[in-house]
Amino acid sequence: MNLRNNMITLKRKDYDSIVEYAKEQLPAEACGLIAGTVDGNGDKTVEKVYLLTNTDDSSEHFTMDPKEQLSSVKDMRANGIAPLGNWHSHPETPSRPSDEDKRLAYDSTASYMILSLMDKENPVLNSFHIEGTNSNKEDLVIV
Amino acid sequence: MKITVSGKEKEYSEGITIKQLIEAENVENPLYVTVTLNDEFIQSSEIETAVIKDGDSIEFLYFMGGGC
Repeated sequence: MNLRNNMITLKRKDYDSIVEYAKEQLPAEACGLIAGTVDGNGDKTVEKVYLLTNTDDSSEHFTMDPKEQLSSVKDMRANGIAPLGNWHSHPETPSRPSDEDKRLAYDSTASYMILSLMDKENPVLNSFHIEGTNSNKEDLVIV
Repeated sequence: MKITVSGKEKEYSEGITIKQLIEAENVENPLYVTVTLNDEFIQSSEIETAVIKDGDSIEFLYFMGGGC
């Protein structure tokens, strides 16, 4: 039984890209993918973030553009990195998975990052492991 | 015949449909999967009948969405 939270490491420049892009998309939610490597302990290192189009163009929902998903997956392969999960923003709500986020989290091996922009000057990014209706916060390290 | 499934070359029998490939590949939650055949998105109504040919490339993409 795994009693420790998995760690996920994100580069500062990638964090900044996510925040900048998410602010540009306001008042809509922003979304994207994360890719990188996983070590033997299950700890993840994000090597690249992808900034995708929210085809819902909504402040309360997001759907990633499937064509951009496809091109992102191909880019990951070309760069020898693996899909690690996705990220999206919550423009007006906290950084925690909503019921809809949990319902639509089909991959229990993925990391789900959520950026809260409730306080635009102090964004909050957390990463979650979601399995069914349960979610655990992962240890997110920004370097 | 040789086809490429999610970037990996695999051997399958001639005449296999996308639905049969989904089952053979043990794709989880297939109702939430979008399929591309040679980069063309396949309509859900075509999944059962679309036949894969030698050299084809297939991708399975999970619907990714949510809400706050």
